[in-house]
Amino acid sequence: MSLHKLTLFELQKQFRAGEVTATEIVHAYSLRISQVEPKVKAFVTQTKESASLQAEALDRKLKEWRKTKPLTGMPLAIKDNICTDGVHTTCSSRMLQNFIPPYDATTVAKLRAQEYILLGKTNLDEFAMGSSTENSAFGPSRNPWNLHCVPGGSSGGSAAAVAAEECVAALGSDTGGSIRQPAAFCGVVGLKPTYGRVSRYGLVAFASSLDQIGPITKDVSDAAFLLQAIAGHDPMDSTSIDRSVPDYMKALQKRNLKALKIGVPVEFFTEGLDPDVEQAVKAAIAELKNLGAEIREIRLPSTGAAVAVYYVIATAEASSNLARFDGVKFGFRAKESKDLLELYMKTRQEGFGPEVKRRIMLGTYVLSAGYYDAYYGKAQAVRTLVCQDFATAFKEVDLIVTPATPTPAFKLGEKSEDPLQMYLSDIFTISVNLAGLPAIALPCGFNKTGLPIGVQLIGRAFEEETVLRAAHAYEQSTQWHLKKAMIR
Amino acid sequence: MKITQQDVEKMAQLARLAVTPAEKETFAKQLTQILAHIDTLNQYDTTGIDPTAVAIGQVNVFRDDLVRPSLPSDKALANAPEREADGFVVPKILEER
Repeated sequence: MSLHKLTLFELQKQFRAGEVTATEIVHAYSLRISQVEPKVKAFVTQTKESASLQAEALDRKLKEWRKTKPLTGMPLAIKDNICTDGVHTTCSSRMLQNFIPPYDATTVAKLRAQEYILLGKTNLDEFAMGSSTENSAFGPSRNPWNLHCVPGGSSGGSAAAVAAEECVAALGSDTGGSIRQPAAFCGVVGLKPTYGRVSRYGLVAFASSLDQIGPITKDVSDAAFLLQAIAGHDPMDSTSIDRSVPDYMKALQKRNLKALKIGVPVEFFTEGLDPDVEQAVKAAIAELKNLGAEIREIRLPSTGAAVAVYYVIATAEASSNLARFDGVKFGFRAKESKDLLELYMKTRQEGFGPEVKRRIMLGTYVLSAGYYDAYYGKAQAVRTLVCQDFATAFKEVDLIVTPATPTPAFKLGEKSEDPLQMYLSDIFTISVNLAGLPAIALPCGFNKTGLPIGVQLIGRAFEEETVLRAAHAYEQSTQWHLKKAMIR
Repeated sequence: MKITQQDVEKMAQLARLAVTPAEKETFAKQLTQILAHIDTLNQYDTTGIDPTAVAIGQVNVFRDDLVRPSLPSDKALANAPEREADGFVVPKILEER
């Protein structure tokens, strides 16, 4: 069997048993990337050469002393808004096109300590702002299931790379659904951990109260495996939580879902939901019931407010976070400015793309004198209502199940002229970020034209184990995750 | 709330972002549309509801004020668009009198 077809868990097993070398792994993936990448365009930067050198060094070392770590020799891709020491980190923006970070993000440092191999940095909507990767300054990535469709976003490159088997697993980041929506669109698994579970140090900040790094993988046990590697408290991120990290792989062992109560929020099954998606998700709910879970109808009455709350809070935080890109210390600088003010104005005009500018302006507006209370204050208060909805629901149920997205992947260009329609495509994932909860998206079927459909499971804060366990039980009783994209 | 091109210009100035006349027109239209959606928040009664800034772990984090290793200046300056010795070069800030 070709190495690129294995899951992370399977590949690791073969590697540890000495059946395959790191050099062979990197060679297999380099070949795979050269075959499909011209069509998929998942990567901004490929690091094949350093990957080969790293693999050779690992193999030499292991000949001397056969001691491996969980991720030794595992070929991963990293979203290009997560800093990698010595490797370009562009955020798919002209602003950072030539930026080479002088340090690793904590998540990357953790992977490095486990001797992973970096295959490259994956494409995203500029500064993670978008739902399709069409906002990338370097051109969109494609959906491996249908090259005319978007892979979703903003972690579209990571999801496409995993679906196209150009890497065994990847890291993404999720601010309003940026891991789960592309995972659903590409038929792979995406996990957004609880806010504070994983360090954000070295993740280029978009909306600091919502951003979280997480795994995008071929199946649920790989997601548990990769979460294990990156989770934990980090003194460099004051919002990361000092709490012990459970054994996520162990949580998967219990297949029976008896005694688990799963809520189905009526607000997620209304108009605008694609009939194929509705059917697939309802079948998934029936399967969860089959596995022993008790299904209950619940209400999350503030669901309809989530997108509006998000586009106030996220843009407000973004307008502040992106103030640092001024052409002085790093990144792009516009040429020939007569004074400092003009340097700022021109650098930002030429360095940022339209969606980033739109959000900076919107964020500036909602924070400006006279509008702060009406917009920012109001959004923060409604955010409380969204949190309260979940708190009330989780008194009654242990998990919430919803569609991950209202439709399967849409066509390139379909929504790019209409920002509001694009924003509304994140309607099912956004409220989870506002409440800081863990949630997973995993495959639950295909529509009539063969595009993947994703189901979302949402858990209580820090209960990734329950989310993973239910997702794993469902996955193992179905075959959806085994179907692979034919890239043509 | 209708956003005019003057509003866009004012926001752009606050955000230190130069905008072209064409951008002003597009952004005014799009931001008006987006704010109309945001205005639906007024349907939600938030009387007596406290705002949420961060959903999880809202505590102050303190650490001891200790000297720790930091980025050496050559590394910190490596990405500078323009540098001289151990500093960043910028256009003149003070105006001549």
